[in-house]
Amino acid sequence: MNVIDYDLAIVGAGPAGLAAAATAADAGLKVALLDEQNTPGGQIYRSIRQPAPADERILGPDYYHGRSLLGALEQPGVDYRPGSTVWAVDEDLSLCLSQDGQSRRVRARRLLIATGAQERPVPFPGWTLPGVMTCGAAQILLKSSALAPAQPLVLAGSGPLLLLIAAQLHRAGVRIEAILDTTPRQHYATALKHLPGALRNLPLLTKGLGLLRELKRAGIRRLTNVSALEAVATSDGNLNAVRFNRGKERRELPCTTLLVHQGVVPNVQLTRALGLAHDRDELQQCWRPAIDAWGESSRAGIFVAGDSAGIAGALAAEAFGRLVALQAAHQLGHLSAAERDTRARQAQTELGRQRAIRPFLDALYRPAQAFLTPPDETIVCRCEEVTAGELRRMVDDGCRGPNQTKAFCRAGMGPCQGRLCGLTVSQVIADQRGVPVDEVGYYQVRMPIKPLTLGELADTCDA
Amino acid sequence: MPNASRFERLAARDDRWITVSVEGEPVKVRAGDNAATAVLAAGLRPSRTTAVSGAGRAPYCMMGVCFECLLEIDGVENVQGCMTPVRPGMEIRRQQGARHCENNDREEMSA
Repeated sequence: MNVIDYDLAIVGAGPAGLAAAATAADAGLKVALLDEQNTPGGQIYRSIRQPAPADERILGPDYYHGRSLLGALEQPGVDYRPGSTVWAVDEDLSLCLSQDGQSRRVRARRLLIATGAQERPVPFPGWTLPGVMTCGAAQILLKSSALAPAQPLVLAGSGPLLLLIAAQLHRAGVRIEAILDTTPRQHYATALKHLPGALRNLPLLTKGLGLLRELKRAGIRRLTNVSALEAVATSDGNLNAVRFNRGKERRELPCTTLLVHQGVVPNVQLTRALGLAHDRDELQQCWRPAIDAWGESSRAGIFVAGDSAGIAGALAAEAFGRLVALQAAHQLGHLSAAERDTRARQAQTELGRQRAIRPFLDALYRPAQAFLTPPDETIVCRCEEVTAGELRRMVDDGCRGPNQTKAFCRAGMGPCQGRLCGLTVSQVIADQRGVPVDEVGYYQVRMPIKPLTLGELADTCDA
Repeated sequence: MPNASRFERLAARDDRWITVSVEGEPVKVRAGDNAATAVLAAGLRPSRTTAVSGAGRAPYCMMGVCFECLLEIDGVENVQGCMTPVRPGMEIRRQQGARHCENNDREEMSA
């Protein structure tokens, strides 16, 4: 068994992880940068070392900014291990990780969880059909493989990524039949109250308006006020149309691919499995780990940064990663408090600016209620094929929370371990019980947080 | 093989192509692709059937979260396609339902 000691182990090589690794190594820390993916950048800067599209205008300058973070991998103090899946963390901060089908342990004095975001589950009737995919998936295919979705193509949902991927696909010459915008009309008025904060991040606001202009100029049909989404299949079981309400009118559009999006939420699998305290974020309709100003969680020595600590975007993640690295360096005696504070100033300013626009975006793009508590016939747990109606019946029979429904219907117990149903199951139960979601709580997530073979499990046993 | 649902390749930088097999058919993919990308490029839809009802599914998140891209790769079942880089000659097949035991065991179990 290999036991290697690091000052700081970082899980995730996205913007937060890369920035933290560079800053920590600068301060003299020995860093392990562990990443499940085979190439650095996380999802936002996926394949940034070798982006697939020949034309850089397709993905745009915000994506290629990710190149500036790659220097971290060249620093002598950083041990970058791609293709390493962390599946457990012990009390002493030793991590079990699997690489090329073999497991090993590494031990660190401090741990930074920078596992980023995942797309919010978007349950609606037919969302499991082959041909329905997330907008994030389409963007990953563009970045890493220069692959465009099968056509005819329709996009549906709400949020900045919906508009961004539409613009990127259009720049790539991909025809888009329509964008179905499910943002509820009343959200525009609610969001306006948060405009002063948004004005603190004028570049991002301008970029959003620019995207809307670009799509309009391109002549792409954008239908607003869309609801009651339903994906429909042919007899072969594959997607061939999307049905929806536009106002009161029921409409149908043929499509081979339907890209869906309702914003992103923190990836809490590891923070939950560690039993860290989490706070409910009502505006973002999710939970996030409770952290202090330096990213330290409810357990001393364990830090969380970037979108896994609460959605704030790539630039915020980069700044936050630096702050965590400085605090870890301070705690381990590499930096005085004064040195830490001096070096932290710029990152703190940037973090504040990036966070200021969130209430505006979160209020505007809060998912419509139908995506939070879908109609009865909708599959909620994709793995175990449990519908919203079954969950509601279980509540009527006396189930009070998501860990009880598990026992009756296995929702959350399939291979994805609740990643794609956790938020919805809690929400449906809360709605049916008529109590706040926080009172219902979330799945008890247990390690290993990724399926592994018995061989991989045995590798970590002491000889 | 169905091809109406094939994902289309745009002009790419540093193209190095290799050949893998999808359901027995040769498919050219980029050297940096993963197995889930290969089934999308091949138009294999659905790319698996579920263990519970046998319903068809296809890759959904492409980032290792949803487990919808489970495939049989080089004879090993239930492999996350989007997390598995392609190799020349890789044999990719649909994941049919739950992972199967060895053939002999399967006969005994179904007996």
